[in-house]
Parts: sequence; structure tokens; C-alpha cells
Amino acid sequence: MENKIRVLIAKPGLDGHDKGAKIVALALRDAGFEVIYTGLHQTLEQIIAIATQEAVDVIGLSIMSGAHLPICRKLLAMMIKKGLPDIRLVVGGVIPFQDIPALKQMGVAAVFPGGTSFEDINSGMKALFEKER
Amino acid sequence: MPDRSDFIKKILAGDPGAGARMIRLIEADDPQAFGLLRALYPHSGKAFIIGITGAPGAGKSTIINGLITQFRKQNFKVGVIAVDPTSPFSGGAILGDRLRMQTHATDENVFIRSMASRGRAGGLSRATRDAALVLDAMGHHILLIETVGAGQAEFEISYLAHSIGIVVVPGSCDGIQAVKAGILETGDIFIVNKGDMGDADVSAHQLSMVIEMGKARKTGWNPRVIKTHALEGLGLAELAAAFLAHRDFLGTDPDPDKTRKERETLYFNCLVRELAMKKLGAFMETDPAYPEIINQLLAREIDPFTAAEQVFKKIQRKMTHGK
Ligand SMILES: Nc1nc2c(ncn2[C@@H]2O[C@H](COP(=O)(O)OP(=O)(O)OP(=O)(O)O)[C@@H](O)[C@H]2O)c(=O)[nH]1
Ligand SMILES: [Mg+2]
Repeated sequence: MENKIRVLIAKPGLDGHDKGAKIVALALRDAGFEVIYTGLHQTLEQIIAIATQEAVDVIGLSIMSGAHLPICRKLLAMMIKKGLPDIRLVVGGVIPFQDIPALKQMGVAAVFPGGTSFEDINSGMKALFEKER
Repeated sequence: MPDRSDFIKKILAGDPGAGARMIRLIEADDPQAFGLLRALYPHSGKAFIIGITGAPGAGKSTIINGLITQFRKQNFKVGVIAVDPTSPFSGGAILGDRLRMQTHATDENVFIRSMASRGRAGGLSRATRDAALVLDAMGHHILLIETVGAGQAEFEISYLAHSIGIVVVPGSCDGIQAVKAGILETGDIFIVNKGDMGDADVSAHQLSMVIEMGKARKTGWNPRVIKTHALEGLGLAELAAAFLAHRDFLGTDPDPDKTRKERETLYFNCLVRELAMKKLGAFMETDPAYPEIINQLLAREIDPFTAAEQVFKKIQRKMTHGK
């Protein structure tokens, strides 16, 4: 059996619906990823626990609330503290372009602002792993 | 991997990160997995393994969520393996079972692992069984395994689980289907879920009658029928008690070794077969005779039956005379 890339798709916080996250999950499945889909309203503690138990390669957050900067900063710190520094964090949702450099600088591996095509998401995700293979 | 013995120690101490990484090695068929499993094996065999199966959408994950709550009340450490189907088109999968178990995500005494079926008809692979061994060695007292709701799964889970719950929905004729499929023999506890949706009493009654008719069970356990409304947590305490009663029953079973023998033999055969397949794979990749035989086949210079025998004999020779 080959080693499939495992992705956790999560929606932290209380905002909105999960239609977008669901569609991305389906697109990733169709690109050959194993996607752990957890629906709405996770706390960061839950996301960390799930990522640990599922030993995922990527955490993908869908954030519409505008709180992407503090959420990512906090989660990245928790990932390091909980011994998950190898997991890549990627973010999608409502992300203003001017915030992308700050996200990358704090350690977010890739940013997919609303409107990014599935092809771009898929190739962006795969590119995360091509560097080391 | 940093340090092998340290890694094993961590798994045995129940470290979720180490356990999770071990299961990944198993899924990836990593060469280290075999030896690590060998080291974990002596520490396994203590968990009580419950299989939950039934048609897609019947409520298996929601029921497992409720069972976790019940077992946690009694201070059991609970491990869950939830299998969802792999897409035959892309090889990818959506693993959504744990969505229904969210409230237990941060409980340190609950470990939930989603698994893709990766093309097995019944969704259970050796990887599932080996993952169960890991959760067992980590010290979980009770394992709950959710299969994909396909007919074949009922048979496969019976070789892994000590106790099997089959989930049916009122009015779905699942009872009759179960008779037709011959899975009645594998069910220890029948769960009529979604009691709010239809006449659960009728379904439960029909099931009881069918079970009564087919009561030629080798173990002497009388299968139970339990009604639940899993969304509201109704009937879950009774269900948890029924599984524990079955566990106690198995503890006093005059002939427990019979099913055990079947189970262990099947697993062992499967393991040997896989090792043999690896040898075969290595042969096909490296031996120059193999592409030659394929060419002969394509040119119809040889028939596939003779060819298969030839290949097998060659492998046999290789195995007996040096590597
Ligand atoms: N009305 C009602 N709905 C229920 C009950 N139990 C579960 N459901 C709903 O049925 C749907 C399927 O439940 P799941 O627990 O995901 O079922 P499942 O058998 O695990 O489904 P798969 O894993 O996809 O095969 C969900 O929308 C649940 O909320 C119940 O007792 N009553
Ligand atoms: Mg399910």
C-alpha cells in the first residue's frame, strides 16, 4: 500500500456554514487525498487532538471570520508545543491578499484565498510534498 | 524514527502521537512495521473488541459516539477505528465518521482513528486488524470498530471482533436482507436505530422472530435486539450493558477457543499469504523471465495455465535454494 497524504479539514470558531470546506474536501478526495472531514465549530484544542490521533500530514483551516491571523498564530504555537511541528498548516476562506505575507511568515505553508481554483489548491497541496521527495 | 525502543515504550504507555504514527507505518506498509508489531504483540490481547456494522447511514457512528459516552462513565479507556470507503476512481477518501464523535475529541482516554478501506470489498484489511493490535497494546480496554456498510463487511468483522452489533433501521427490510445475506449468524446484538423514524417495535419483533428461527448458534449466546434513538442517546446505556454482558458471557464460554481458533487461523493465513505475495512481487519486478513469459502469453505461444505453473515453480525453486 502506498503512503497516501492525509489531510484534516477543519473550521475553527463559530462562523458560517461549511459548504466551501465540504466542496474542497470532495475535490481533494478526487485528487487522491485521504481527507478527514470534521464539520463545523472546532476549538483549536480539538483540532490539535484530531491531528495527533489521525497523524495527518496537513491541517487545512477554512476561516471566514477575519480572525485568520490570530487563529493561525495560536494554532502554530500549539502545534509546536504538542510535538506536531512537521504538520503543514494551510488556510483558505476569506483571506485578504495583503495578509498572505504575514501568514507565510509565521509559518503557514500555503494560503488559498476564496476563489482559488481546485486545480490550484490540488497542485499547491501536492507541491508541499514534492520538495522533500 | 528517533529511537525504536523509545517509540515502543511510548506506544505501550498510550502516547497518542506514537500510536498514531505506528498506524501510519502499518498503512504505508513500511518495512519497519512488521518488527514493531512483533514487539507490541505480547502486550496485546487484552482489549474487548466490538464491531459495529450495518447499511450506510443507519447510524453506526452516532451509536459509537453514544457507546463511548457510556463506556467512559465506567472509566474504560476506549479506542475507535472508523472505516470509510476509498473512492475507486481517485484512490482518495472522505473520512467523516468522527464528525459524529466530536465531543470526545479531547478526552485523553479516547483515541479515534479514521481509516480508508483502500479497495477491500468489506472495508477491513489486515491494516485494520494491525491497527486494532496497536490500540490494544496502548492500553485501551474497549475497541469499537465501524465498518463500511457493505454486505461483505459483516463476515470480515467477525474475524476481528469479539462481539458484533448489526445496526438496522425500522421499515428498511434490513432484517430480511440479513437473513438472505446469511449475516444473522454473525450478529451478537441487533440494534434497531432511529426509533423515532418508524415503527421500531415492529422491526424489533420481526428481527427477534427471525433470530429465534435461526437459532443454531455454536456459541450458545442468545442474540439480543435493542432499540435506540442514537441522536438523543436513548437506549445507549442498555446497549452498552448488552455488549458488556456478552463480554462476560464469552468469559465463561465453555468453548471459547473454537471461534478464537477460526479467527487466529484466518489472520495467520492472511499474513503468510501477504508475505508470499511480496516474494511474488519481488520476482515480477526483478526476474528477466517474467516479461519474457508475458510476451509469450501475448503471442499466444503459451497458455496462461502452463505459464502460471511455470512461474510458481520458479518461485518455489528460488525460495528453497537460497535467496
Ligand atoms: N432521526 C434519527 N436520525 C439519526 C439517528 N441516529 C443517527 N441519525 C442520523 O442519521 C444520519 C447518519 O448517521 P451516522 O451515524 O453518520 O450513520 P452511519 O451508519 O455511521 O453512516 P455511514 O458511516 O455513512 O455509513 C445522521 O444524519 C444522523 O444524525 C436516530 O436515532 N434518529
Ligand atoms: Mg459512519
